[in-house]
Amino acid sequence: MTLWVLSGLAVMVFGFVLRFNPLVVILAAALASGLSAGLQLVEIVAAFGKAFNNTRYVSVIWIVLPVIGLLERRGLQERAKALISGLKGATTGRLLLGYLLFRQLTSALGLTSIAGPAQTVRPLVAPMAVAASGSDDPAEQNRIKALSAATDNVGLFFGEDIFIAIGSILLMKGFMDQQGIQLSPFDLSVWAIPTAIFAFAIHGFRLWRLDRKEAGQ
Amino acid sequence: MIGLAQVYVVAGLAFTAFAALSLTDASNPKRLINGAFWGLLALSMLAGDQLGDLGNGVLVLALVALAALGLGKGSGGASEAERAGAAAHHGNRLFLLALVIPATALAGTFLFKLAPALVDPKQVTLVSLTLGVLLALACGMAVLRAAPLVPLQEGRRLMDTVGWAGILPQMLASLGAVFALAGVGDVVGKLMAGVIPQGSLFAAVLAYGLGMALFTMVMGNAFAAFPVMAAAIGLPLLIHQYHGDPAIVAAIGMLAGFCGTLMTPMAANFNIVPAALLDLPDRNAVVKAQVPTALPLLAVNIMLIYWLAFP
Repeated sequence: MTLWVLSGLAVMVFGFVLRFNPLVVILAAALASGLSAGLQLVEIVAAFGKAFNNTRYVSVIWIVLPVIGLLERRGLQERAKALISGLKGATTGRLLLGYLLFRQLTSALGLTSIAGPAQTVRPLVAPMAVAASGSDDPAEQNRIKALSAATDNVGLFFGEDIFIAIGSILLMKGFMDQQGIQLSPFDLSVWAIPTAIFAFAIHGFRLWRLDRKEAGQ
Repeated sequence: MIGLAQVYVVAGLAFTAFAALSLTDASNPKRLINGAFWGLLALSMLAGDQLGDLGNGVLVLALVALAALGLGKGSGGASEAERAGAAAHHGNRLFLLALVIPATALAGTFLFKLAPALVDPKQVTLVSLTLGVLLALACGMAVLRAAPLVPLQEGRRLMDTVGWAGILPQMLASLGAVFALAGVGDVVGKLMAGVIPQGSLFAAVLAYGLGMALFTMVMGNAFAAFPVMAAAIGLPLLIHQYHGDPAIVAAIGMLAGFCGTLMTPMAANFNIVPAALLDLPDRNAVVKAQVPTALPLLAVNIMLIYWLAFP
């Protein structure tokens, strides 16, 4: 085993920094680490192909696009904006804070796939958050859209581990089992709660400050 | 039994439609490349198990070559006035239709668990999602009076917005498998274990938390970082030497890794794909929006391990 095995990590970092096409960078990284580990070229391509075939479920999410596209064509985003504009007291911060809480609570119940960038953020949350800000500056609108996607991620990540049957909990249990340490999924999931509370507080504080900033303008 | 096989057939048909509509999209100057790209992905979904490992590997090489040539974007979609008019006409029915997918996913998650003979219990989520999509399409076409080609054409338009980034998450997951084969994690773990000063509990906790976040940032996935960092620092130092509570060390360590996920373009499905889907000019806009939450939360996680795990 040599340090050259790490060349794939270096390829990834430099490839992303230099902004090459990430798909090309990924393939180059696999070749660099694989060849350093003494694998044959054909072996690496086959190993990559096998893993690609086994992880097809990752790309299944795109089947939601025809539904989202149809609803958008019939005015879903416009309707979402109209709804928010008609509400008194709706601000970007309050709206995203509510979504953060919803996402954390539903994820904690194991309902991770009822929301997401394609299912909820693009068609509903982002247009509502933009409408609530009342801003017509494209740069500010893009910042709010990015913050909407960020809020979705924060809610998901720091909610899902409270659910006992989520992948990461099972991974930790499996790892500890192999080391001779018996843990129940409940032991692990209960210790995700302190971080979940801090995540809500920290991200919520940022959203509150955003409202203060918007109100000051 | 309904499981991944049926889900892949639906996905394969969707990508076949995207490919066919791309090929005939006169507004896209690179329609041949788009058509070939989504066509290959359709082939992978429909017949991946018959291609063999090397065949799938060659398919990946072709996908990457097409992405390097560059995919194009077709136009289409309704004008703003048209959409505003439709919104006024359909009203809140649009929200009900938008809720069909989440509601089906929710109901399926509970109901299918009761029928393990009907639906593969391990794939309940994906099966429910697929069912939700089919149901939403049927309801949408009926309520909104849309021809079958309309949703597929709109799906093709959104798929053009996402472009090659659509397979980035799958490619990164596959890279993780090759890295594991090459033993990358073992080497990183040995290096990390060598740099921690002896005798300082706080230094060990700090190295564990930071290592989890940093290695997650490089790999794009806390699942890849956890076994490495737990084996290098968590288990030998925090649990065995300093007698930390294994549940706390593991659970909060994983969450320190999640803070890393928020800060890296390598976590493509969470950070790059949404930026593409929201049509943001800056590919890293979502990462930039997350760093001010992730950094303080990482510090909190490290302190939580230090305070809670060592009574």
